[in-house]
Amino acid sequence: MYDAGKILTGLIIFLALITVPFWYNALISGQADYRPEPKLATSEKQCVAPTDYMKAAHMDFLNRWRDSVVRRGNRMFTTFTGKEIEMSLSNTCMSCHSNKTDFCDKCHTYVGVSPYCWDCHLEPQEVRNVSQ
Amino acid sequence: MSVNRREFLRLAGSAAAFGCAFNFPLRAIAGEDSLTAEAAQATGPLKAGRWAMVVDFQKCREINDCRDCIDACHAVHNVPQFDNPKDEIKWIWKEKFEGAFPDIEHRHLVHEVLEKPVLVLCNHCDNPPCVGVCPTKATWRRKDGIVMMDWHRCIGCRYCVAACPYGSRSFNWRDPRPFIKELHREFPTRSRGVVEKCTFCEERLAKGLIPACVEACKHKALYFGDLENPDSEVRRILSEKFSIRRKAGLGTNPEVYYIV
Repeated sequence: MYDAGKILTGLIIFLALITVPFWYNALISGQADYRPEPKLATSEKQCVAPTDYMKAAHMDFLNRWRDSVVRRGNRMFTTFTGKEIEMSLSNTCMSCHSNKTDFCDKCHTYVGVSPYCWDCHLEPQEVRNVSQ
Repeated sequence: MSVNRREFLRLAGSAAAFGCAFNFPLRAIAGEDSLTAEAAQATGPLKAGRWAMVVDFQKCREINDCRDCIDACHAVHNVPQFDNPKDEIKWIWKEKFEGAFPDIEHRHLVHEVLEKPVLVLCNHCDNPPCVGVCPTKATWRRKDGIVMMDWHRCIGCRYCVAACPYGSRSFNWRDPRPFIKELHREFPTRSRGVVEKCTFCEERLAKGLIPACVEACKHKALYFGDLENPDSEVRRILSEKFSIRRKAGLGTNPEVYYIV
């Protein structure tokens, strides 16, 4: 190989440069294990389904609520603890998960998704200075 | 086991007699009376075989400039107010007589009828042309006759706007949020690129409430009820007074009736 020294040095510098974000997070920022922590202010002990399930599948779950209410006209839901509740994002979910900025947006921003639920559905009015 | 003809007839006859004897009191217990707001609240969701509305145009046109029903509807459903009529969103509104009833209008018609605007809304047709043309099934006819919309599913193609002969469907050309005076937080707004219209307040019926326009009319010019129930208020009024429907000749079978 001609100019082996120059090529290898160049390759090493190149690799070091493109992996800078990883090194930066691991060694300098100390945020390599950052995970979003949604805050929830409610007196309820349980969501409508087990928490692990809601974390993983709330989007699918909400789609099924939507279809049930809008298309089949069936609005009542029995939670896994046996409570009868109305299927409604704005009126049921958001009565506990009342702060969109501190709850929903925390993870959605972290994973870079922007669900269009709130293009139409209204979130409860937040006290701005608390959440910022 | 075989049943001969005589036994079969006897069985059928006694079953019919049993049905007749017990059906009547059961219906009375179920409370299929005419609809009032108070009674409705107590019975849970309101259900019907065929929802319909009667507009007492005679009463309505005596009161000038009343828009209680329009304001009530547009407030609970977050209907935006645009200054430019091209952007206008309408669920229930007033239309000139010749616009509402072009097939009935003629220039020698009773003057007071011709002059006054008519209250119009989605007719919740039995044979709705908007439903047939929708490519995504975002609009459909429910079993109780309500022509329903799924705003999640609407792609904004506006076929339904073109198909509706009554102008009952409005398209959101702009984001409606900034143009809603006061947000009703229990009900969603719509987004840009979605068609909307009157839903006969199906979200209120599910809670046992009558439509917002009917409730808001203090002159009792609007009636709402079940056409399949012979004892309902709408059936009683339709049998007592002469009524017409908008562009009935088109075969859409509209279910909003006008007493003229």
